[in-house]
Amino acid sequence: MVLASIFESGVSIQFYIVLSTILFAIGAIGVLVRRNMIILLMCIELMLNAVNLLLVAFSTYFGKADGQLFVFFIMVVAAAEATVGLSILVMAYRNIRTTDVSIFNKQKG
Amino acid sequence: MSLELVATILGGLTIGSALMVVISKHPVRSVLFLVLTFFLISSNYILMNAQFLAIVNIIVYAGAIMVLFLFVLMLLNLSKDNEPKSPFYIKIAAVTAGGTLLTVLIAALKDGIMVGTVSKVDGSSTGLVQNLGHELFTTYVLPFEISSVLFIAAMVGAVLLAKREKQLID
Repeated sequence: MVLASIFESGVSIQFYIVLSTILFAIGAIGVLVRRNMIILLMCIELMLNAVNLLLVAFSTYFGKADGQLFVFFIMVVAAAEATVGLSILVMAYRNIRTTDVSIFNKQKG
Repeated sequence: MSLELVATILGGLTIGSALMVVISKHPVRSVLFLVLTFFLISSNYILMNAQFLAIVNIIVYAGAIMVLFLFVLMLLNLSKDNEPKSPFYIKIAAVTAGGTLLTVLIAALKDGIMVGTVSKVDGSSTGLVQNLGHELFTTYVLPFEISSVLFIAAMVGAVLLAKREKQLID
């Protein structure tokens, strides 16, 4: 039936706060360190998922469904964002033959 | 076996595979580690009794979005050799900035008033399909309909952007 009811105790809310903060920081570090555009998009997805995890934790903590519905809408927006971002990336690759973001430093004007 | 032990192991694995996304040099390996991260986050959702979101996370993220990333990677034919590398000082600066962000966020959230546990024994039905569907089609029906407009905009935009221009072919 309910998988969580097999276990005796619950997990403290601080655990999920720390876990999702660490995931968010890893995503932020990834955006700053890597220069491949695809990896940058993936790190943005990682940051979105860290926020989703915290929203679900608080939704379960307060017993309200609103947080989980926000996660649902975040997933909708993330799917649209990934589609448009990847098509921009494919178009940029066709023109400049690389996925290095630092090449866009030359586009000044 | 307590729930805390299982959650700690799953959390550690999640952090490890998220780190591998950033560290690994090969882009395809990064994508596969991100898929693993999404599966582990789904298992965290199951621990919190959010069953609907766990399945949707696997279907939408690991199934749809990550396959899209893999397709683009294989279309672009990237390899380890032409992977762009950052200079060393940028890496140091990025890790310092990210570590500072982590420290500040944890220090701000650590002393919050939140105490208590997330998943209780009585197992509330918050995350089940019935409850979420009822909320979605009553309270949040307007955002749900508007999100379909967002999808059409994204679809048209993607087709428009990915279409080859005539001058480039000639």
